[in-house]
Amino acid sequence: MLKFTAIMLDGMNYAAWLFLVAVGLTLIYGVMRILNIAHGAFYAIGAYVCASALGVFYAAGLPGALAFAVMGVVALIAGVIVGLVVERGVLRFLYGRDEVLMVLVTYALFLILEDAVKLIWGVESYFVYQPYAYFGFVEIGGLPYQVYDLMIVALAIVMGIALWFWLERSRMGRMTTAVVADREISAAMGINVTRIFATTFAIGTVFAVIGGVVTAPKIAVTPGIGVEVIILAFAVVVIGGLGSIPGAAIGAIFAGYARAMSVHLAPAYELFAIYAVMAVVLAIRPHGLFARASGRKI
Amino acid sequence: MMKTDFRREPLYIAILAVLLIVGFFLPSWLRFLLQTALAGGLVALGVALQMRAGLVNFGQGLYYALGGYAVGMLAAQAGITDIFILLIAAVLVSTVAGIVLGLLLSRYREIFYAMLSLAVSMILYGLLVKAAWLGSTDGFNIPPVSYLGWTPDRAVRPDIYYVTTAVLTVIACLATARYLTSGAGMLCEAVAENEIRLEYLGASPRKVAFIVIVVASALSGLGGGLLAMSTGHVDPLMTNWTTSGGFVFVALLAGRGSTIAPVIGFFLLELVRTYALDLAPNAWQMILGLVMLAVILLLPEGLWSLIERRRKA
Repeated sequence: MLKFTAIMLDGMNYAAWLFLVAVGLTLIYGVMRILNIAHGAFYAIGAYVCASALGVFYAAGLPGALAFAVMGVVALIAGVIVGLVVERGVLRFLYGRDEVLMVLVTYALFLILEDAVKLIWGVESYFVYQPYAYFGFVEIGGLPYQVYDLMIVALAIVMGIALWFWLERSRMGRMTTAVVADREISAAMGINVTRIFATTFAIGTVFAVIGGVVTAPKIAVTPGIGVEVIILAFAVVVIGGLGSIPGAAIGAIFAGYARAMSVHLAPAYELFAIYAVMAVVLAIRPHGLFARASGRKI
Repeated sequence: MMKTDFRREPLYIAILAVLLIVGFFLPSWLRFLLQTALAGGLVALGVALQMRAGLVNFGQGLYYALGGYAVGMLAAQAGITDIFILLIAAVLVSTVAGIVLGLLLSRYREIFYAMLSLAVSMILYGLLVKAAWLGSTDGFNIPPVSYLGWTPDRAVRPDIYYVTTAVLTVIACLATARYLTSGAGMLCEAVAENEIRLEYLGASPRKVAFIVIVVASALSGLGGGLLAMSTGHVDPLMTNWTTSGGFVFVALLAGRGSTIAPVIGFFLLELVRTYALDLAPNAWQMILGLVMLAVILLLPEGLWSLIERRRKA
């Protein structure tokens, strides 16, 4: 019974985390048709920026609750800066090129950013456990559970709803949806596609950075944390259907529970479990659970 | 669309002769680099083949690792060291894997094919990393191989290995060129261009895709086997997505002009990697990434286009 509770809670926690790191990936793909491998590097940058900022923050001796405000602010600033630099600096020269070529471009960016992180922050580990310990534990079904982990679940839900609201209810979001449907017609209607692309990429990057920022207090921030994340995020968005935001949520829940189950029941197959789910889903629904049907080219 | 005549056996024989002669004048480190690049080049060739059919395999490292591990496990654990048996086993194992996966993957195109093949290769990576009896992330060492009962001693071993690799790589490239001029090979480009019309003409795009996946898996298995023999070591990195990403890059870089081009391209990539690692141990990935970006931005048609352009001028 305790194990069941643990699986339910860990699965939910995992799903929330996976949603945060995967939703930016699916948003960028949906709008720009770029499968962004550099997403993993954005996540790593988030974790490092958070570690550095909190290091300075705690050294200054300010009240602990403010740490969360600091995390939010640095996530926003770092995400927007990194996103705009990458989009304006590199990607905009390559729009209209083949989708698979763009995968390689972002792969090259990933390699560059990985080393840039090493050059800036060095290769040693950073620890900022204080925010993780700040809220303490709560007992759920006889199991003590970190409140911080539950906060991540809440954050994922809020962010997901905010993103949905932005896309469906705001003027900019509606224009973005129009660009997804048809880039050229939207441009002809007077939508500034360049601005939509830059904004979308920045928002997607902010999501990746937030993923890194909220994870930093839970882990040792070391080189190489971005690699695993991008592989997991791929699995999540492919399960849900590339480019679909509800798909990312469902994919995250599938993958989250698959991982939680394997961690508690068969720890040797942790990475394997998520990919097994992905393979099964794709064997049944070749383009993911939420993919729109598309015509074949003639 | 430019046409290339692949029936140029003398060209391949000349390339082999050059490789063999040059091999004995190169410094040993450079020749070893060339040798591993020839082995890896076969995998890049496998990726390039699939690209003709519009299939970009981001997990070709899977077959590379299967070939390598087949050689490694037979030699280190079963005690079979005959190179011919080992390489046949490497090709066999990866081809069987190619057939099984081909049945599943030949339905997919474009980004889905790329992601699904990546996923499958990462499953193998995950399994190998967890397999303590196979050395987990460190992999394991492979004893020296023998040739029909003769085990070359330490002095001549590098020469023998180099000759083996060069001969087999060129033969494989030649065989691939032959495949490309066959019906199933020629149809690859039709799959990339327009599948529905291909169906109207009575050919099955799925079958064409299936065959190209299997051929590529056999080539990559041979490459993995040759690499395992050359370095005397295998590890799970062979099937990591970063390795496969390098193959895709080389295949794109090489263009579709020749079956030798991916091998040359892979050698150049390895050269860049080696010098970058030497120049800046902490920033070699960055150099590699910058080179990749520069090539993509400046040479959209691949390295071969440099030669083609000159020919046209």
